[in-house]
Amino acid sequence: MPELSRRHILGMGAGALVVSSLSIPFSALAANTMATDAIMKFTGGAKPKDGLVTLDMPEIAENGNTVPVGVSVDSPMTADNYVKSVLVVADGNPSAGVATFHFSPMSGAAEASTRMRLAKTQNVIAVAAMSDGSFHSAQSVVKVTIGGCGG
Amino acid sequence: MISRRDFLQVSCATAGLLGFGGGIVNAAATQKLTEQDLLDFESVGNVTLTHITDIHAQLVPIYFREPSINLGVGDMEGLPPHITGPEFLKKFGIAKGTADSYALSSAEFSALAKTYGRVGGIDRIATVLKHIRAERPGKTLFFDGGDTWQGSYTSLKTGGMDMVKVMNALKPQAMTAHWEFTYGQERVQELVEELDFDFLAGNVRDTEWNEEVFDAISYYERGGVKVGVIGQAFPYTPIANPRYKVADWSFGIREADVQANVAKARAAGAELVVLLSHNGFDVDRKLASRVDGIDVILTGHTHDALPVAIDVNGTLLIASGSHGKFLSRLDLDVQNGKIKDYSYKLIPILSDVITPDAEMTSLVTEIRAPYEKELTQVLGQTESLLYRRGNLNGTFDDLICDALLTERDADIALSPGFRWGATLLPGQNITTEDVYNVTSITYPSAYRTTMSGQTIKTILEDVADNLFNKDPYYQQGGDMVRVGGMGYRIDPNEKIGSRITDMTHLKSGTAIQANKDYTVAGWASVNEDVEGPPIYDVVSDYISSQKSVSVKAHDAVQLVKS
Repeated sequence: MPELSRRHILGMGAGALVVSSLSIPFSALAANTMATDAIMKFTGGAKPKDGLVTLDMPEIAENGNTVPVGVSVDSPMTADNYVKSVLVVADGNPSAGVATFHFSPMSGAAEASTRMRLAKTQNVIAVAAMSDGSFHSAQSVVKVTIGGCGG
Repeated sequence: MISRRDFLQVSCATAGLLGFGGGIVNAAATQKLTEQDLLDFESVGNVTLTHITDIHAQLVPIYFREPSINLGVGDMEGLPPHITGPEFLKKFGIAKGTADSYALSSAEFSALAKTYGRVGGIDRIATVLKHIRAERPGKTLFFDGGDTWQGSYTSLKTGGMDMVKVMNALKPQAMTAHWEFTYGQERVQELVEELDFDFLAGNVRDTEWNEEVFDAISYYERGGVKVGVIGQAFPYTPIANPRYKVADWSFGIREADVQANVAKARAAGAELVVLLSHNGFDVDRKLASRVDGIDVILTGHTHDALPVAIDVNGTLLIASGSHGKFLSRLDLDVQNGKIKDYSYKLIPILSDVITPDAEMTSLVTEIRAPYEKELTQVLGQTESLLYRRGNLNGTFDDLICDALLTERDADIALSPGFRWGATLLPGQNITTEDVYNVTSITYPSAYRTTMSGQTIKTILEDVADNLFNKDPYYQQGGDMVRVGGMGYRIDPNEKIGSRITDMTHLKSGTAIQANKDYTVAGWASVNEDVEGPPIYDVVSDYISSQKSVSVKAHDAVQLVKS
């Protein structure tokens, strides 16, 4: 089947398994134990609050093998109020953890970007650990699709 | 934003008299429609925006039937443009049998086509533009929303250069793009060099440095008003079309960048901010509800033709149809950075009513001359109305699927849910040009392969989610992939994985089985190195061998709504 590339197969696998609801409450993420475990380990069991964190990701991945992800946290980044670290997890990948970024007041701004592989449509979640011990998070659905037919 | 004029227009529309220009309705009733009836306009204010989009390289007049089914899901259900046929006519107060009814709906299409004739033609568009520019000197701007360079025999053979020539002659201020990119990034850059106007696409970045590939914003001064125009190319070009054609470019909606560009335009002194968009109507509706400061969105991609401007969160959305069938005129009274008043008309380009512009006629003739023999070659005749638009199927696609099943000896045919392609009336000859009008793409290989029932279902589910996802930002436009040799039921309101049921292999009358293999013929795969003859040859051969083709009423794909 020369016309079925890896991208094609990847997309098809995704389609068979996908749940793509766009407003999943945070608690619903428990559906994926590995992602939840990673977050709970990062927060020490605390439930992150909404807000402050912005995820910059495409709605639909152009290439599931290398999806750009940008994360920024609204913080003054001063000695008494800064972002310590940001965990990024993908709840549909075989291994949920994507990256952990570490910051200090010297960082100036809590911003980072990388690229990740997404095996199928899933939630990407960023959790920020703040210097006051609180946690904030944001999440975004990234769709992985077969493509074609638009027009 | 609601002015006295708005109320006037709304009440007129309700009364069924003036919503789309009283002259047209009255004149149509007596079959004495004139060019002046189409051009009549109550001008307003200091700036006139004219807009055309999704011409799909149609240089000469054609027939084009609007869809009879255009479902909206989620928040968009029942909102324009997701109303069609008689319901559409009622909503906008358009009387049956009128020119408006013919242009804007599928109602009584074949009969009305005989009365009102063909639509579009670049030389007719040139006439209308000349008229508006003469009436509004120093105030008029003209924009092209893209999908201009692709969709015809001559555009494919000239790599889009035919359209670049005619658009340079029409002199828009700017364009944005989608199918243009399917010529490949090098060709796009070559053609952009040839343009006498701006090519705007703020949402295209190079994949290596994430830098803008094209200009995002241009500024124009008209009627003493500084107008900032932001270009937005089709966000899902590398997904809906082959990524290898634009391997170094990344697209996307990039909502935050749109907001940032609006702020940039305002900071640069723009009193009117326009988004020249190829997002698709529902995406733009959502964008308008979330991004502040856009005065007008000139929408495109989804080929919707709406006789009124739609106000969303203080942004006017304009939907100018496709295939050169309409030209939009929006007069604006801009005062202190705000629209104080406006007047809008979607002008139908009825080819038999509008006098062709002689200069443009000769340019179009010159462009087509080298290909005249191929263009006019008659392959056969159609007994049926052949059209493409419709969420689930189109009769021209049924014909393409028949060609694939026969010529490629397959169990099942898959044909992409493109929205472009001219219509043919019952009794018309089918020429080579007509076949290219529905198949002319730069990745035309008609593949033949084996797929399991599970794979076929996965494909249908995936395409259905690109069309019916409740969040417009996850929609790609286009329609359902068309099928031949099989049937299924679809519930748009279900989630991915659950929309498609009762897949049936028609020939055997048995259910399609997940683990059984089927021979599938299709075209327009977005993958590289696809093997097979070009689709336009497959369809041409089939029509030539049949001489006369007919398409039966389609009931193999059934809509269920939960």
